[in-house]
Amino acid sequence: MHASSVTPLLTESSRPIFEWRWVERNADAIGQRLGEHIALTATALGIGLVVSLVLATLCLRYRWFYPLVLGTAGALYVIPSLGAFALLVPFFGLTFTTAVIPLATYTLLILIRNIVTGVQQVPAEVREAAIGMGFTRGRLLWQVELPLALPVVIAGLRVAAVTTIGLVTVTSLLGMGGLGYFIRAGIQTTTPNPSPIIVGVVLSVVLAVVVDLLLWLSERALAPWVRKVRAR
Amino acid sequence: MNVFTQLGEWLSAPNRWSWTDPAGVPYRTVEHLWFSVLSLVVAAVLTIPLALWLAHYRRGAFLASSAVNIGRAIPSFGLIILFWFLASRWGANTDFWPLLLALVGLALPPLFTNTYAGVVQLEQETIDAARGTGYREWQIMLKLELPLASPVIVAGARVAFLQLVATVAIGAIVNDGGGLGRYIVDGFAEGAQGYGEIFGGGLAVIILALLCEGIFALLTRWATPKGVALQAARRD
Repeated sequence: MHASSVTPLLTESSRPIFEWRWVERNADAIGQRLGEHIALTATALGIGLVVSLVLATLCLRYRWFYPLVLGTAGALYVIPSLGAFALLVPFFGLTFTTAVIPLATYTLLILIRNIVTGVQQVPAEVREAAIGMGFTRGRLLWQVELPLALPVVIAGLRVAAVTTIGLVTVTSLLGMGGLGYFIRAGIQTTTPNPSPIIVGVVLSVVLAVVVDLLLWLSERALAPWVRKVRAR
Repeated sequence: MNVFTQLGEWLSAPNRWSWTDPAGVPYRTVEHLWFSVLSLVVAAVLTIPLALWLAHYRRGAFLASSAVNIGRAIPSFGLIILFWFLASRWGANTDFWPLLLALVGLALPPLFTNTYAGVVQLEQETIDAARGTGYREWQIMLKLELPLASPVIVAGARVAFLQLVATVAIGAIVNDGGGLGRYIVDGFAEGAQGYGEIFGGGLAVIILALLCEGIFALLTRWATPKGVALQAARRD
C-alpha cells in the first residue's frame, strides 16, 4: 500500500485525517466489502429468523419449553463474539461458516422473545373468531397470529439487524468482516492510515441506519392497520 | 494435531497459572476485569447523575430513547481502532487510552437510557408525597428516585458490563492489554499452530462472561430496595 513509502516521522502528523483520494482509489474494494457485509448480515439474520420461528412455534404450543429456550438463548447471547469465533475456528477454519454461526446465534434471544410476545398479545376474540370460522391450528398461526404479531417481530428484527451489522466488523479477524476489513487495514500499514478506518466505521453506521429505516418502512407497508388504528 | 491435545499443551505451559506473568490466565483475567470495571465506573459517574437530573426535570427524553439505538449502530471494533489511531497520533499511551475511551463510550448509552427510564416510570404520587413532607428537589433525586430506580439502573449496568467484557477481548488487536483476548489474537497470528491457544482463550473469555452475568444476577436482587421487593412479591 502507498502508506509504506518512507515518511519522516515529523511530517507524519501533518497527514490529513481523511483523504478523498483514498476513497476514489479504492471505490471497487469498498463496493465489494459492502456487499460482503450485507451478505454476512442477511445470511445471519435469515438463519436466525428461520430457527427462531421454529423454536417460537414450539414454545407457543408447549409452554414449558419457553423458559428453557429463553434461558439457553440468553446464555448464548452472553458469549463474547471473539470467544465464540475462537471456539469455532479450530473446527471450521477461517470461513464464512465460522463467521455466520455466532452472528445468527446472537439474533435468537430477541427474535424468539418478540415472536412469542407478539403472538401472545393477539386479542383472544380474534383467535376465537378464527377458530369459529374453522381455521386449523397451523393456519391460525400463519394466517392470523403471525401477521398480527408482525409489528413486534419487525421491531425485534430491527434490533437484531443493527446489532449484527456492528458485529460483522469483528469477523475481519477471520479474514471476513465486510467493512471491518478497512478498519483493520488502517492499522496494518507501516504508518497507520485513518482514511480506511473512517470509511469502515462510517459506512457501517450508515448501513445500520439504512437497514433500520428499510425495516421500519416495511413494517408500515406490511402492517398498515397499526397506523390506521393509531390515527383513529 | 488434535485441537484438544493442543489445548492440553497450552494449559500446561509454564507460568500458565501465574498471577504475575503476562502468560498467566489469572494475570489476564485480572487485567480483563480491571479494564471492564474501570470503564463501567467511569461511565456510571459520567451518566447516572446527568440522567438522574434530566429525568427529574423531564428533559432530554428524545436523547434517552435514541441513545441505545445509536450505541448499537456504532461498531465497537471500529471505535477501538479509531481511538487507537488518535492516541498514537497525539502520543498518548496506546495500551490504555484507546481501549478505555472506546469502552466508556460503549457503556454510556445503556446506563443513560436505563437511569432515565427508571426514574421516569416512578409513580408521580410518591414524588409528590415526598415534596409535600418537605423534601428538597436534590433530596428527592438522591433519596427517592435513585434508590427506587436502582433495579433498572443495575439492569442497564448489566447490559453495559456484558458488552464491556466482550469488547476488552477485541481490544487485544491493537495493544498489549486486551485481557483474555490476548490469547485469541496471538493464536490467530500463529495460524493452525495456535488452535490450542485460540480455543483456550475462547473458553476463558466465555467462562468469565458467564460468571460476570451470574454475579450481576445476584447484584440485581441485592440492588432492589426491600420495600420494592416486598411490593413485587405481594403482587405475584
